[in-house]
Amino acid sequence: MIKGVAITGMGIISSIGNSVEENYISLIENKIGISQIQNISTVHADVIKVGEIKKTNEELIAELQLSENNNFSRTAMIGTLAAKQAVENAGITSINECRTGLISATSVGGMDITEKYYYKYFENPELVKYISCHDGGDVADKIADELGLKGMVTTISTACSSAANSIMLGARLIKSGKLDRVIVGGSDALAKFTINGFKTLMILSDDYNKPFDNTRKGLNLGEAAAYLVLESDEMVQKHNKKVLARVSGYGNANDAFHQTASSENGDGAYLAMKKAFDVSGLKPSEIDYINVHGTATPNNDLSEGRALLRIYDGEKVPDFSSTKPFTGHTLAAAAAIEAVYSVLAIQNNVVYPNLNFEVPMEEFELQPQTSLKNKNIEHVLSNSFGFGGNCSTLIFSKS
Amino acid sequence: MEALKEELKNKIITTLNLEDIAIEDIADNDPLFGDGLGLDSIDALELIVILDKDYGIKLVDPKEGKSIFQSIETMAAYISANRTK
Amino acid sequence: MKKTYINGVGCISTQKTFDTVFLEEAVVNANDPVLAIVSPVYKDYISPAAARRMAKGVKNGIVASALAMKDANVENVDAIITGTGLGCVEDSEKFLKNILDNNEEFLTPTSFIQSTHNTVGAQIALSLQCKGYNFTYVNGTVSFESALLDAKMQIEGNEANSILVGGIDETGDYTMSLFKLAGRIKKENDLPSDILNTNSTGVVYGEGAGFFVLENERKDSTYAEILDVEIKNTLEENEIESEIIAFLKANNLEISNIDAIVFGFDGNIIFDSYYKNLAENVFAKTPQLYYKHLSGEYDTATAFALWMASKIIKTQEIPEIVKVNLVTKPAYNTILLYNQVNGKNHSFTLLSK
Repeated sequence: MIKGVAITGMGIISSIGNSVEENYISLIENKIGISQIQNISTVHADVIKVGEIKKTNEELIAELQLSENNNFSRTAMIGTLAAKQAVENAGITSINECRTGLISATSVGGMDITEKYYYKYFENPELVKYISCHDGGDVADKIADELGLKGMVTTISTACSSAANSIMLGARLIKSGKLDRVIVGGSDALAKFTINGFKTLMILSDDYNKPFDNTRKGLNLGEAAAYLVLESDEMVQKHNKKVLARVSGYGNANDAFHQTASSENGDGAYLAMKKAFDVSGLKPSEIDYINVHGTATPNNDLSEGRALLRIYDGEKVPDFSSTKPFTGHTLAAAAAIEAVYSVLAIQNNVVYPNLNFEVPMEEFELQPQTSLKNKNIEHVLSNSFGFGGNCSTLIFSKS
Repeated sequence: MEALKEELKNKIITTLNLEDIAIEDIADNDPLFGDGLGLDSIDALELIVILDKDYGIKLVDPKEGKSIFQSIETMAAYISANRTK
Repeated sequence: MKKTYINGVGCISTQKTFDTVFLEEAVVNANDPVLAIVSPVYKDYISPAAARRMAKGVKNGIVASALAMKDANVENVDAIITGTGLGCVEDSEKFLKNILDNNEEFLTPTSFIQSTHNTVGAQIALSLQCKGYNFTYVNGTVSFESALLDAKMQIEGNEANSILVGGIDETGDYTMSLFKLAGRIKKENDLPSDILNTNSTGVVYGEGAGFFVLENERKDSTYAEILDVEIKNTLEENEIESEIIAFLKANNLEISNIDAIVFGFDGNIIFDSYYKNLAENVFAKTPQLYYKHLSGEYDTATAFALWMASKIIKTQEIPEIVKVNLVTKPAYNTILLYNQVNGKNHSFTLLSK
């Protein structure tokens, strides 16, 4: 088994907490963040449930101490908060002292602002400043600015696997010696654009999402941001850093089946998991907990379940659960918050419950873990699959 | 019913952007999905919106669409029976 | 460590850059603030069943990638990596307008699905049935260079032998009107645009798709080798020269080894000074090239630049239309490309024969 890349810091803001600590407490106390939507007015308010961060934009502006003429989108604000937490947690005081990068992820970008003011720009000159915060890259640029980071900054946008891909690229940049440390993760705020987009695909549930349940009706959208700091072993030794866990395996593959649906046999998922095992040198049986993508759509859970059975090929599938009943599906940030949860699982030796599960799926014999379980956790596998057949798997290991 | 069928053929061609297909090319009983016209699951969602917007029929479960959208014939029959617009 | 070779290129742009030898049909349009693509015959490359859902960016991406693969004589690749600054603007505009105009009712999924940034990469994977690594980068004007950097790492790390890399951006009417409002695009009375002698802010906007097949072996079709790619988010104007010198030194090269430098001059007087300083000082004796007067400015215009630089190394000739100065060299074997927009997202790309 390879050593893996060191994780030295984490930061997170989601519907179940505004810090790593708060998120963990919610996970072990079954405190979900799903509710009726508050911050966005939409005609669908009564037929959807969402995982909303419990802060308004005004509160975020105040917390970040942004000037009055700022042009931050909500995505950029929650991203900045989480990234700052991670940098502080990693004990970084002089961010450009060595080759440091930021690999971010987003699918919404500044759309949360754009959709508010789309027709209003021409009559309201004071809104024109928001035009440039629309694109995906602006979020990373703003975070880098707030951190004072000058080096390599880029953003990945591959729908729901985005943040996994950021973490993957970050690990590869450290392993290849191109960077000494890198901040990796993603951010997505809720927006009417995505709410309506998913509604047209008819994969939103009007109830609490129930992953891997035979009666599942679809997903609940969520918003969140999370970042981790990865550092080379040289940096860890030099600064005597505490290693929280390691990124030991990763893999990305394409389903090449359909723009939004996953193939029946989960080809892309299977290939991604296989690659992650190859990179880590681990055997599937060595995984203690799988944090599944588990969005609770009819399609994903079936496809992912089949892929898991293929990987385990007759062997028992380890304890697994989806944490999306807690947070909702946070799109480009999903893999990042689930990376934080994976590290916490390793640090605290727990398997989180897959809430809302009642009826096993009829297609196979796979049942998630339904209650909090304490056991030694050496290795965690985390899946994230996005539109465009983009499938990514990460493996985290105890240091 | 004939007028409705022609109307449906027209809507399908325009909404789904089937540039190289004419109304005469779609037979009433031709399968719309799979073989035949070759529409897919995304097209099915588009047709569900047409049912709602133009005929006032709300489908809650996309799977219902499978039998309704088999052909122009089945679509026309369903719409005639259930339209509120 | 394996090397990275550009073995096939494909370019769809606001100039005729397909079915040509090079830029012999290029024409400077200095009068329009937004340039439009010169379209290929899409039907020759994309079936009607597939094309019916695609906005122009996706179609251009598919054609450019097909051209690059044909050029490289490959039928499949191990990985597909793309970069785009604004993503699929047309479909985003369409879906958002529908939401706002119809108060969230009667919306259809196609434009939402097609608006996700990784649509081009996904569609190419679908048509090639390529199940390999597939990433899309979206970070302003380093989107394409991020894809290049990733591809090079894949080849060096033995993770892939052949990779399709591309940069795609499209214009959308409403988005362009917003950019005009925000001052990003040249005002009517600042036209015609004269990029090298600009006295106004704003740029002439463009769109395009530039694709490359990168492989770890030299072939008959090889254009150039990619020696190095670097991305830096923030550099002060007075730090750029030393950054370039350090970049070249890391590759055992000096300024005098550079046979041509490609600058991203875009006619915005505030930030073109970044290039002007270099042009008048450290690169005064180097053949200097520019291209955005042909391609227009957009986040992945640097893919057009890479296409241009690749062709120059292969043909050993620099078209007059892209020359900034009259300096010549006996051979054009090592080319440096430098770009930034609004003083941010700097990229340096080094090519050699």
